[in-house]
Amino acid sequence: MIRFEDVSVVYDGGDSPVLSHVDLHVPEGELVLVVGRTGTGKSTLLKCVNGLVPHFTGGTLSGRVTVAGRDTRLHPPRELADVVGIVPQDPLSGFVTDMVEDELAYGMESIGLAPDVMRRRVEETLDLLGLVDLRNRPLLSLSGGQRQRVAIGAVLTTHPKVLVLDEPTSALDPGAAEEVLAALQRLVHDLGVTVLLAEHRLERVVQYADRVVVVHGDGRPLEVGLPHEIMVTAPVAPPVVELGRLAGWDPLPLTVRDARRAAGPLRERLAPLADAAARRARATLHVLDGETALTVDDAVVRHGIVPALRGVSIAADRGEIVAVMGRNGAGKSTLLSTLVGLHVPFAGSVAVGGESPSRLRGRELIRRVGLVPQEPTDLLVADSVGEECASSDRDCSAAPGTTRAVLDRLAPGVHDATHPRDLSEGQRLALALSVVLAAQPPVLLLDEPTRGLDYAAKRRLVTTLRELAADGHCVVLATHDVELAAEVATRVVVLADGEIVADGPATDVVVGSPMFAPQVSKVLSPQPWLTVTEIAAALVAS
Amino acid sequence: MTRRTAHALGDNALPRWTHPGAWWVWALGLATAASRTTNPLLLALLVAVAGWVVARRRPDAPWSRSYAVFLRLGLVVIAIRVLFTVFFGSGIGEHVLFTLPGVPLPDWAAGVGIGGPVTAEELLLALYQGMVLATMLACIGAANSLASPARLLASVPSALYEVGVAVVVAMTFAPQLVGDVARVRTARRLRGRPDRGVRAFVGSVMPVLEGALERAVDLAAAMDSRGYGRTGEVTRRVRLASSVLLLLGVVGLCVGVYGLLDGGTPGLIALPLLVIGVLSGVVGMVLAGRRSIRTRYRPDPWALPEWLVSVAGVAPAVVVIAFAVIAPDVLVGPVAPIGWPALPLLPTVAIVVGALAGVVAPRPPGLAVVRDVAPVTLPREEVAA
Repeated sequence: MIRFEDVSVVYDGGDSPVLSHVDLHVPEGELVLVVGRTGTGKSTLLKCVNGLVPHFTGGTLSGRVTVAGRDTRLHPPRELADVVGIVPQDPLSGFVTDMVEDELAYGMESIGLAPDVMRRRVEETLDLLGLVDLRNRPLLSLSGGQRQRVAIGAVLTTHPKVLVLDEPTSALDPGAAEEVLAALQRLVHDLGVTVLLAEHRLERVVQYADRVVVVHGDGRPLEVGLPHEIMVTAPVAPPVVELGRLAGWDPLPLTVRDARRAAGPLRERLAPLADAAARRARATLHVLDGETALTVDDAVVRHGIVPALRGVSIAADRGEIVAVMGRNGAGKSTLLSTLVGLHVPFAGSVAVGGESPSRLRGRELIRRVGLVPQEPTDLLVADSVGEECASSDRDCSAAPGTTRAVLDRLAPGVHDATHPRDLSEGQRLALALSVVLAAQPPVLLLDEPTRGLDYAAKRRLVTTLRELAADGHCVVLATHDVELAAEVATRVVVLADGEIVADGPATDVVVGSPMFAPQVSKVLSPQPWLTVTEIAAALVAS
Repeated sequence: MTRRTAHALGDNALPRWTHPGAWWVWALGLATAASRTTNPLLLALLVAVAGWVVARRRPDAPWSRSYAVFLRLGLVVIAIRVLFTVFFGSGIGEHVLFTLPGVPLPDWAAGVGIGGPVTAEELLLALYQGMVLATMLACIGAANSLASPARLLASVPSALYEVGVAVVVAMTFAPQLVGDVARVRTARRLRGRPDRGVRAFVGSVMPVLEGALERAVDLAAAMDSRGYGRTGEVTRRVRLASSVLLLLGVVGLCVGVYGLLDGGTPGLIALPLLVIGVLSGVVGMVLAGRRSIRTRYRPDPWALPEWLVSVAGVAPAVVVIAFAVIAPDVLVGPVAPIGWPALPLLPTVAIVVGALAGVVAPRPPGLAVVRDVAPVTLPREEVAA
């Protein structure tokens, strides 16, 4: 269905090819997962499929890409609209109309289908993706998962043979991600659509894939194979696979269910160690009994008349890492913005380092609390990393070189001349984090820090956060990433509908929760294990 | 939807979108009526009618909240008109309310006075004239909140389609731009920089523009991948013919309209030019439209409700224009001498007919569902606080 023959891509002004000599054949009806670290050319590979590379992006493509027999050299993207549907990373950026139903019809109108055909297909698509209740809703009023499903529906109505998705679940909470993946499953099984999917969150998608393509970048050829074969050596792997590698299971399990069936002997080996591990986790928690860094007392925050926080009370000490979890729209981001004074509580009080953050301005504020927003780029203003660091030093009147020193510790080897937009996601996060940390705020807030990070970058982030906590920072992170929370959090707070529904040590809150339990915990429950590193350490110690 | 169901009226009809063209005809009719009278009672009645129809038939969508914005804009217009009279008025009239210190101006500015006596008559006149503009704005606002701009543009001829898309995209960009500004301001605060004032504004222009540009590129890629701009095959001759005809049409229209309005040009030249312009324009559009292979998904029908809505708007316009010829006095708000305005029977009835639009038009989809939702209640602790 899709065939890459000796394809190389060089962008204008780029010195090295993004893709070099790629050969790939995707047969009809397969779901193929594309994995690889950030910056290895995954997005470029996907955009080649419908000719956006090079017709739209510019650059030079050598070799040949054919989709359903059509050569992308001869057909620009609009001529391929009836065979390839491409869903962009941020669905909102690709919407052309303002209502759900019109959006679904847009592609069909463009290729000139008859009105009765369009009507029938819109109804079928509404049913297929469970969008019937949303048909008359404005697109801006939809939640993240709903938007993603509308974006998929919008390209499906032209009955493409190939569906291409770039990180469809990275911005979604676990529940919404399930929704989208279930819809994709149905397309593959019932309609025989060929799906090419790039995703960092392997723990969510790897079990659905028929084959996995690893993009190494740096000129090495693609690695293609069955999921459980590829996962044995892949540079990126979900926790369940890492657990399988550690325990030496063969074949390597890809799903929690398979792993549970293989985990009997491991569970027996771990049983005597579990109590000790749990005691140690509790013990670290008591050591943290430091000075209070932030308090939120019965805070009510409203957006217009809609309450976003309904009487939230929480206090955190220096040295703690608190993960705030909950579905999209539960009030996580509102809680963080209230802590930096972007919202003034309607009732109740908020204090950071003894002061109400909404009264603080400028340096007063950034010396007490720092927030890395969901889109770290928002914080960056300069044209190069060097200038960014210098302007950050000026902002917090620190000695020249302070920010640069922090950056060198978090992400060594970033050149001064690089434009912040040309950095990888992980490096950009590190830069934003350095800008915030230059002012040495005792309280550090991170909103959804692992969005778009690959496993390697995530591991570095985990190390960084642990070091910061050990230095006496109080770290609060709002996240959907249960694996991250399990790895670093000393405490987990679950928000639902603006209220705190759980607050306690990570082990207590997360184990047994169907939504927030990490994979390792699902495999080994009822034993309170959260991460592979923990288990590895316990096994070595015994 | 079958032909017959499309003809059902008001609450009897199944919820559906009323053709946006009908709403615009209706609103422009009311606006025309407003432009021909300064009678404050009739103007207030027009605003009330427009407001009532909006309240009854407004869909639940982001663009449908513009009526209040236009009303506020109208109040601003009235305020500006009155303030101008206070400062630059000529002081004609008997009842002097107060006198501002005058500023002597050089000779070349003769005819413009600053300050001086302010009379009740001229203030009242300014108020009435301001009300005319405000009422017209309210009518436009009503059309804006009743008719989806996207659906209106979807019913333009296919030759104009690409212009339509550009406008729709621009309109969806506006709210996103507001969101961008908020984000950039937040980021400035987080960097410890001033987030208010002129410097903050200057500092946030570039990031906001960058964001908008990036989104534009994303959108263009998405539209391209979804088949935007696929064209059918047309011969070179047809393309040439359509261009020539369209050009002729524009020239004919401009000269014709100018001739008609100017009055100096004999009507015998102006009218044929106008007709030729319109005709060649229409033929040119049809030819140009052949290139586009687009089809329309669920086009809004133009059925009985649409006719009645249009008539409900045109009727006040016709009656008020007729009265402006027959009995112009009753349409003027009495200024000298100051008096209570009359309420002429026929124009009043005609304007009330305009409210029929709110009865005959079908309910917009989604509204019925929204009404079933319980009103938003605040949790008790918030009320207590």
